[in-house]
Amino acid sequence: MADPSTIPLAHHFEDQEQQHETTAIGMWAFLLSEVMFFGGLFTAYLVYRNRYPEAFLEASGKLDVTLGTLNTAVLIGSSLTMALAVRAAHMGSRGGVVRWLLATIIAAGIFLGVKAVEYSHKFHDGLVPGANYAFKGTASADTELFFALYFGATGMHALHMVIGVGLMAVVAWRWRPNNVVQHPDGVEVLGLYWHFVDLVWIFLFPLLYLLGRHV
Amino acid sequence: MNQPATTSSPGEPASASYPLRPYLLVFFGLMGLTALTTTVAYVDLGFLNTTVALAIAGVKALLVVLIFMHVPHSGKIVWALASAGLLFLIILFLLTMNDYVTRAMVMGWE
Repeated sequence: MADPSTIPLAHHFEDQEQQHETTAIGMWAFLLSEVMFFGGLFTAYLVYRNRYPEAFLEASGKLDVTLGTLNTAVLIGSSLTMALAVRAAHMGSRGGVVRWLLATIIAAGIFLGVKAVEYSHKFHDGLVPGANYAFKGTASADTELFFALYFGATGMHALHMVIGVGLMAVVAWRWRPNNVVQHPDGVEVLGLYWHFVDLVWIFLFPLLYLLGRHV
Repeated sequence: MNQPATTSSPGEPASASYPLRPYLLVFFGLMGLTALTTTVAYVDLGFLNTTVALAIAGVKALLVVLIFMHVPHSGKIVWALASAGLLFLIILFLLTMNDYVTRAMVMGWE
């Protein structure tokens, strides 16, 4: 345990425990709004998949399941390194926080790089709605709707990752050696945000990539 | 793996109160479940494919929320907020689909 006397306590809190719980609640309240935000995207997916099941199956088969699985593994790895950064913060290990946050940033960079490769393939293959969309499929309904949801959902997810990388860079900089003592709660709520981003992907991956594999 | 905590009190290893094992177990569990869900996706289970995929995703989500996000150790209000997320998500899905799947019956949609 990091020595409690060295951890800053803001003047409006009674004690560390109250401060800790308040910080966690603040992030959870934000994540709740994020749940409803992504919930809207998942609802759109639910409605249209229910209405055009064949088109969704066929369009899903066009996604690159190898790259999708690779990215899932990378993101799970980044959740582990983030959990270890939070652990290091609670143990008072500055070097640990900085190292694990950098590892998480690298993993996020790999994920976004793979995503960029996937996106460019989709542009090349005429699978981007509105940009010379070429794949009509054999199903009666248009497959374009699936790709609109694919780009909408994965694009929003990627944007959350980019923001997360920015936050991690700031927190890692603040935890650099010789800076004033930082509060572990900051790393902890950053961890909550990052694990939430992982959670969204856990559901996006099967619904987008694995949907049409068995046909 | 980490350097020992520089500020931990002597005689009490910092890693004792912050165990590493649960995180590693969850990591390998998530990896295994990802391999499982990808493999099962190639087997034709009819309408059950999506059910199985979502069940596996649900288990993965539970592992992340309970272990990585520390919900069990975070107090009652965090429990309430996390549960509220799930509850309102279910309301959103159920009420929306309650509308869409019954429209065909009421309005002769196809």
